[in-house]
Amino acid sequence: MYNAGKVITGIIIFLIIVLSPFWYNGLTGKTAYVPLLKVPDTAKQCVESTQYMKENHMELLNSWKETAVRQGKKTYTAKDGKTYGINLTGTCIKCHANKEEFCDKCHNYAGVKSYCWDCHNYPKTGAWEQKTAGSRK
Amino acid sequence: MNRREFLKVAGLSLAGLTGWQTFNLLSGGAFAKSLPGVQNSVQKQWGMVVNMEACSRKAGCNDCIDACHRIHNVPDLNSPKDEVKWIWTASYDKVFAEQDHAFSNKGLKNRQIIVLCNHCENPPCVKVCPTKATWKREDGIVMMDYHRCIGCRYCMAACPYGARSFNWKNPRPFIKEINQDFPTRTTGVVEKCNFCEERLAKNLLPACVEACEEKALTFGDLNAADSELRRILNTKFSIQRKPHLGTQPKVYYTV
Ligand code: HEC
Ligand code: HEC
Ligand code: HEC
Repeated sequence: MYNAGKVITGIIIFLIIVLSPFWYNGLTGKTAYVPLLKVPDTAKQCVESTQYMKENHMELLNSWKETAVRQGKKTYTAKDGKTYGINLTGTCIKCHANKEEFCDKCHNYAGVKSYCWDCHNYPKTGAWEQKTAGSRK
Repeated sequence: MNRREFLKVAGLSLAGLTGWQTFNLLSGGAFAKSLPGVQNSVQKQWGMVVNMEACSRKAGCNDCIDACHRIHNVPDLNSPKDEVKWIWTASYDKVFAEQDHAFSNKGLKNRQIIVLCNHCENPPCVKVCPTKATWKREDGIVMMDYHRCIGCRYCMAACPYGARSFNWKNPRPFIKEINQDFPTRTTGVVEKCNFCEERLAKNLLPACVEACEEKALTFGDLNAADSELRRILNTKFSIQRKPHLGTQPKVYYTV
């Protein structure tokens, strides 16, 4: 190859610069970052097992929405036989009262944006937040 | 198989099919219940009767409206153009335009009549909704599923009673105090009265009925012959809004 030495050095320098964010995160331990969630201390167990909730809470909420709004059934019986009122604010957010440090923290990390809170209420530092531009259009 | 045999078999199969449906229909089976107009006798049908005389006793009373709009987080936009309403008042000559005439009782003419979604037996809004965001439940309540509403406003055009409002603005800043127990709505969805579906599920009466001190509103099951609602409809002269349209409103008015 003509000028092989220069080309290969160039490629190596290029790779080092392009991949530098990965090196940086790898060396400073940031790749191992997972958000630290504030789990409620008022209860030990979620509606379903923690693993199930991690993987399926969006599906669960979707079926809650269908059951409560379209079928008019307002209670959910969990796999362990316990019953819960179907209510995003009144059930989920009653336990996970700190939505920012729980739902939002993980969603931000995972790049999920849910529009539920344009309509559904949640407590924000004691007062009910009223000012977000409630638009999904 | 020759032509003659084919016709015999085809005829028999047809007879078999219709025979089964006929049997089903006469025995009140699932098929009979799926037909429009055939009422399942155990299913409730919610309805309401407004006593217009009792309603007019306290001048300027808005108790029912206040109660409804408070618990359902209905915003007060203070502008007729953007207005969002679930239950409101309009004058007699507007509400019962086809009953009003040049010589009708002056007092009646200007009287404010309470109006809300009629939860029609044949709701035109449901027919036009492209996403099934509005539909009629088995108990007759015309429900809104805000999750499915795309804001096309066909339902508003279809409703002959103006019972539906569109959210042109984010309603939250216009709600005095948000009731945490009921979600608000957002820009771009249509909303209306839900006959307090969420309260009925808890065996509570609709908020407007409960709030009325004059007991001008009576709510109940139209299919229960012994209900107070049916007793009133049975003993008094009652009218509906725009009955000629065939929507069959389930909100009745006694004079
Ligand atoms: C446009 C406003 C709006 C948005 C956005 C919205 N909801 Fe709702 N939701 C409502 C309203 C209003 C009700 C109550 C309906 C009724 O009872 O008549 C409701 C009811 C529910 C219910 C049952 C009762 C309750 O209050 O929790 C669930 C569960 C639910 N929604 C889940 C969700 C989820 C999950 C999302 C986000 C993916 C979402 N909703 C987004 C307006 C909204
Ligand atoms: C009775 C209180 C309670 C209710 C109600 C509740 N949760 Fe939980 N949830 C918990 C607790 C406690 C944990 C943590 C369990 C653990 O650490 O193993 C948890 C864990 C979770 C997790 C997993 C978090 C993780 O560690 O990855 C998710 C997701 C979740 N909840 C979502 C929801 C949703 C959505 C609802 C409403 C449908 C809900 N929760 C209702 C108490 C509750
Ligand atoms: C452990 C991380 C984690 C926590 C905690 C968590 N979520 Fe999620 N959530 C996710 C992920 C990841 C998705 C996206 C899944 C997908 O797209 O398939 C998601 C999706 C959703 C969706 C569907 C959004 C959409 O637009 O499709 C809803 C609704 C939701 N979460 C509600 C909640 C609520 C309410 C809480 C708090 C009570 C919560 N989540 C807590 C990780 C989490």
